[in-house]
Amino acid sequence: MNKVSKDNFTQEKYKYGFVTEIESEKIPKGLNEDVIKLISKKKNEPEWMLEWRLSAFKRLENMSVPKWAKAEIDEIDFQDLYYYSSPKDFKEKPKSLDEVDPKLLETYEKLGIPLKEQKVLAGVAVDAVFDSVSVATTFKEKLNEIGVIFCPISEAIQKHPELVKKYIGSVIPVTDHFYATLNSAVFSDGSFVYIPKGVKCPMELSTYFRINASETGQFERTLIIADEGSYVSYLEGCTAPMRDENQLHAANVELVALDDAEIKYSTVQNWYPGDENGKGGIYNFVTKRGLCKGKNSKISWTQIETGSAITWKYPSCILRGDNSTGEFYSVAITNNYQQADTGTKMIHLGKNTKSRIISKGISAGKSSNTYRGLVSFHKKAKNAKNFTQCDSLLVGSECKANTIPLTENSSNSSSIEHEATTSKISDEQLFYCMQRGLDAEEAQSLIVNGFCKEVLQKLPMEFAVEAQKLVSISLEGSVG
Amino acid sequence: MLEIKNLNVTVEEKQILKNLNLNIGKGEVHAIMGPNGSGKSTIAHTLAGKPNYNVESGEVNLNGEDLLSKDPYERSLNGLFLAFQYPIELPGVTNASYLKQIVNAHRKSRKETPIDAGEFLKILKEKSKLLDIPMDMHSRFVNAGFSGGEKKKNEVLQMDLLNPSLIIMDETDSGLDVDALKTTAEAINKLRNDERSFIIITHYLRLLEYIEPDYVHVFQNGSVIETGDKTLASRIDQEGYS
Repeated sequence: MNKVSKDNFTQEKYKYGFVTEIESEKIPKGLNEDVIKLISKKKNEPEWMLEWRLSAFKRLENMSVPKWAKAEIDEIDFQDLYYYSSPKDFKEKPKSLDEVDPKLLETYEKLGIPLKEQKVLAGVAVDAVFDSVSVATTFKEKLNEIGVIFCPISEAIQKHPELVKKYIGSVIPVTDHFYATLNSAVFSDGSFVYIPKGVKCPMELSTYFRINASETGQFERTLIIADEGSYVSYLEGCTAPMRDENQLHAANVELVALDDAEIKYSTVQNWYPGDENGKGGIYNFVTKRGLCKGKNSKISWTQIETGSAITWKYPSCILRGDNSTGEFYSVAITNNYQQADTGTKMIHLGKNTKSRIISKGISAGKSSNTYRGLVSFHKKAKNAKNFTQCDSLLVGSECKANTIPLTENSSNSSSIEHEATTSKISDEQLFYCMQRGLDAEEAQSLIVNGFCKEVLQKLPMEFAVEAQKLVSISLEGSVG
Repeated sequence: MLEIKNLNVTVEEKQILKNLNLNIGKGEVHAIMGPNGSGKSTIAHTLAGKPNYNVESGEVNLNGEDLLSKDPYERSLNGLFLAFQYPIELPGVTNASYLKQIVNAHRKSRKETPIDAGEFLKILKEKSKLLDIPMDMHSRFVNAGFSGGEKKKNEVLQMDLLNPSLIIMDETDSGLDVDALKTTAEAINKLRNDERSFIIITHYLRLLEYIEPDYVHVFQNGSVIETGDKTLASRIDQEGYS
């Protein structure tokens, strides 16, 4: 093993780090009312939306950046960022792919997300968001036939204002915390999904976020509503070019499940993590929250977090409906100087509500990986149940893993089960596998994939294999 | 097929193997016996390329090629198999998928296509039966929670699947009860042929009663002090090493 050099493993690295040479149109740097008005105008928004944004902005003036995360964050100058960037001449979303700039199509092709419908992954509809705008949505008509709305949120604001008005901010209030409120003020695009009563969405819905422009923050907003008895599985993927600067990504995702509805939300987060010395990379400060509003509803979060310089996110479930279920399955991998502070909150409000948390943290290099979770049972949450399992795997001896599970219990008939383990990939394990013919990388990836298989299996089939590869690639350079 | 010449090995700056010389021909079975701490297991680990086993001087050739310059996995792909005294647990990795992956690593090095799942299952059933291994063991995690006997049988199963030319067994008999020892030894005997060589490291005569060695070497202080045929093993069993 001492003969295996690190250089053998650095060839593949971050393969999405390219920049698309496309002229972009940006709103001048800075955060102020004029910028917000300009964003709203660019999006052709109705008055109520602008007012909502401005009310968030007013709140923001009295808020400060949250500090709870176990991460070292360079101070961000919010006046020195671009809040809106779109490919030039992109006044209106193209009606068909023939009108889309070939450079954009090429970009998504390179990322493995072909947008031409004859080429797309079978059974997956894609909304492609490039910097601040949605550039294409596939299979829209087909979904329309069964009443499923899948479109950019900017379009939904105009075409389905009653739905947006009713649900936006209903899960993440404009007053929530600094980044969520910032997003409410300046969000540019994102996806909107509405599944009508009783409809099981026949295909995976997917949004692919791409940051391209420099010095630009991406603030997308996603809103998914599953009406009574409906089902949807949704997946988001993200990548960004390799740059020396840190770029900010502060998204808000709100999910609402009504009676007997189910939402499965999966994320494969592969933002640029910075180089091996910790330079550059995305600051991923994201607020994701689901509301199990109706009885027997279910929301399930699955996340594979491999990218970003700093990840800071806690996809959560508010279990208001009786008998509702919340799930959180997470694999968070950090290498080199990456920092991840991630976990979930399960807020049990209704009777017989259940939640399940499976978190697998893998740290390598000099990285730091923290699970932070809260399970809370309110007074009325009779017979509520939670199961939490947090496992950490350390690769090498310079990385850190922390587990911070909090519980609040005001219900005396509820139960919480908690298990936690920390283990290390041992030299013995690697040697054993190598003695049987696997090279150092194969051996490590076998062990790591075994460690997080329980979570990877929760991903939609089309993406499980891809995720497995991603897990292996993310740890490259950490053995030897 | 295996030539060890003047091999000196240190572990954590302590010299363990001293000027070791050993020649093993094709199809031969060599037993190495010796008291605790005599360096028996060090030979096994050095030949397999375990990190921190530092070769200070000497040469080892396997099938005419220099063995010591190769990485552990290349040694495996070149036909060297070490059955561990204490097989390692791999939590989360099911035995079946692990076995399939190591088989495919060997196929790949021979430029063969990966084995088809149905075909693999067929072979696995056949070979498990020889060792009295129930199929449900393969849906458990590699060696995790296995009994001592199950672990050792799993080693012999891997031996059988990978088709090595040199098998080194490091105290494979320890932890086996009489029945398991018999089944395991029978399976190993089926693997004996004119092309395949064995090094059997053991403390006791009992394994050698089932697997008859061509040569027995007595090890002390890091080198061979006596070589004989199988009768030497019986003598040691009765008289001890001194």
